[in-house]
Amino acid sequence: MLLQQLINGLSIGMIYALIALGYTMVYGILKIVNFAHGDIYMMGSFFGLFFMKELHMPLYLAFIFSAVSAAILGMIIERTAYRPLRKADRIVPLISALGVSTFLISLAQLLWGTEMHPFPTAFGSKTYAVGSVTFSEIQILIFILSFVLMFGLHLFVTRTKVGTALRATSMNLTNAALMGINTNRMISLTFGLGSALAAVAGILVGIYYNAVYPNMGYMAGINAFTAAVLGGIGSIPGAMLGGVLLGLVETLAGAYISTQYKGVISFSILIIVLLIRPSGILGKKDINKV
Amino acid sequence: MNKKAAVGSAIAILLLILPLFLSQINDLWMHVVIMIGVFSILSMGLNVIIGYAGQFALGHAAFYGIGAYAAALLMLHLDISFWLALPAAAMIAGLFGFLLATPVIRLRGDYLGIVTLGFGEIVRLIFVNWVDVTRGPMGLPGVPAPSLFGYTFTGKTEFYYLILVLVVITYLVVNRIVHSGIGLSMLATREDETLAASIGIRPNKFKLLAFTVGAFFAGIAGAFWASYISYVSPDAFKYLDSVNILAMVILGGSASLPGSILGAAILVAGPELLRYVNEYRMLLLGLAIVLMMIFKPAGFWGEKHRKINFYGSGARKGDVK
Repeated sequence: MLLQQLINGLSIGMIYALIALGYTMVYGILKIVNFAHGDIYMMGSFFGLFFMKELHMPLYLAFIFSAVSAAILGMIIERTAYRPLRKADRIVPLISALGVSTFLISLAQLLWGTEMHPFPTAFGSKTYAVGSVTFSEIQILIFILSFVLMFGLHLFVTRTKVGTALRATSMNLTNAALMGINTNRMISLTFGLGSALAAVAGILVGIYYNAVYPNMGYMAGINAFTAAVLGGIGSIPGAMLGGVLLGLVETLAGAYISTQYKGVISFSILIIVLLIRPSGILGKKDINKV
Repeated sequence: MNKKAAVGSAIAILLLILPLFLSQINDLWMHVVIMIGVFSILSMGLNVIIGYAGQFALGHAAFYGIGAYAAALLMLHLDISFWLALPAAAMIAGLFGFLLATPVIRLRGDYLGIVTLGFGEIVRLIFVNWVDVTRGPMGLPGVPAPSLFGYTFTGKTEFYYLILVLVVITYLVVNRIVHSGIGLSMLATREDETLAASIGIRPNKFKLLAFTVGAFFAGIAGAFWASYISYVSPDAFKYLDSVNILAMVILGGSASLPGSILGAAILVAGPELLRYVNEYRMLLLGLAIVLMMIFKPAGFWGEKHRKINFYGSGARKGDVK
């Protein structure tokens, strides 16, 4: 029973981690919380649904196409709603992000209706039993795909030239620009990467729960943001760790404490972490200067 | 000055005789005007938090809900009259504003936004799940209407005058608060917390005060709404309602009370006028917020609009940051 809950928690945690990466990378560079990120994840899920249902693509192609479409969407959002506000007060891009989020939710409602859509794939329902624990196919896919993507991202950021430029931009925007890095392109890339990961997470969740609906981004976004803060916002390994931890805690609490108030748990964790250790587990402390 | 007084009295007379025309046309528009009043109170309250104290709060609908539930429960279970339940609900909401803000008041900007959003969601979950008291999603029906000297308020016209009085009281009180030393301290906190602290203003004290005041007035709006609709359910206090109130403050112009009323009027009456494009309503709202932030971040009636402001009277346009 406990082992089974751990498996379930780990699979949802991996998904939180994938979404949290988008929050953390954007925050690392621009120091803003992209409130619309949860809705990009939702759009990614709908893109996947569209590619499979309307264009009859196989699942792996739907992943690729949906990730690319979400990346383009993320870059367009950055270009139109955030870039003009880069020099404004901190609160201004936040409110703009809220506007984007409202826009995306109602766009999805207009295009696909408010109801839940099942995911048109037979994949994922098969289960394998190992002792008293059962894995479903989709859980195995979540583990493998999330692991590969996160490891790939880690290699990209630490081992490639573009990754180095990305890290430099995140350390200091002005200095990076002085070193000849095209920082606007780096910011675009960050939004693109984060959105693509969110879209993959969106399809995985769509298959896992067999439900895609316009409001799905709200709670997932909050949970993923909590994961990013828990691990230390701005830190990529932190987002991964935070996602997995949050998934485990939430599932265990849902199983052993109360399912009705499951949503409250991540908020409580968020508030406690922000109060006790605002820099998160792996984050760096920053000092407030005049 | 005379011109100002003339405009003021013209508006006052217009507001007083408004029901004479509107109730002739149809009941729907009376309802719209009453809802503009309710949301004016909410957005003026939120403006104290966001516009004056500069704290990004995203859960204002929660305080509205607490006020509505508190008033409904007091009137239904303890048989208290509306006139006592209204201030009691406002104080309960204010107390919750204080209590909820106390632990998180040190958080900055976006963090505070997400935490208050979380509080809003927790409060709504409690309304939904605490079935013994709130009857959960079924809501509380039969909230009594206010009565004065044995006369019970039934028509929209009576409620119109009641909300008009409440809006005027809110405007006067909030206006008094933000133009006092407290208001100046809030502004100093908004501009630079560290700097404010260095000249002896305690930022946390004024941030807490702003939250308490904002929640207090949200409680008034909630209590009125409960009695007016005579039914309270968790559906009216969702995250999108908080966003809507925030949009009113921003659209009207933060740190401007007439702006808040203007924002409420636009966002309540606008969707009614655009009824035929109802499904595009939220889409347009989202787009409007983004465009507003890009082209006019100070809102339609922002601080720069006023000749007399906190930075001394008669400051030139563009003097203010």
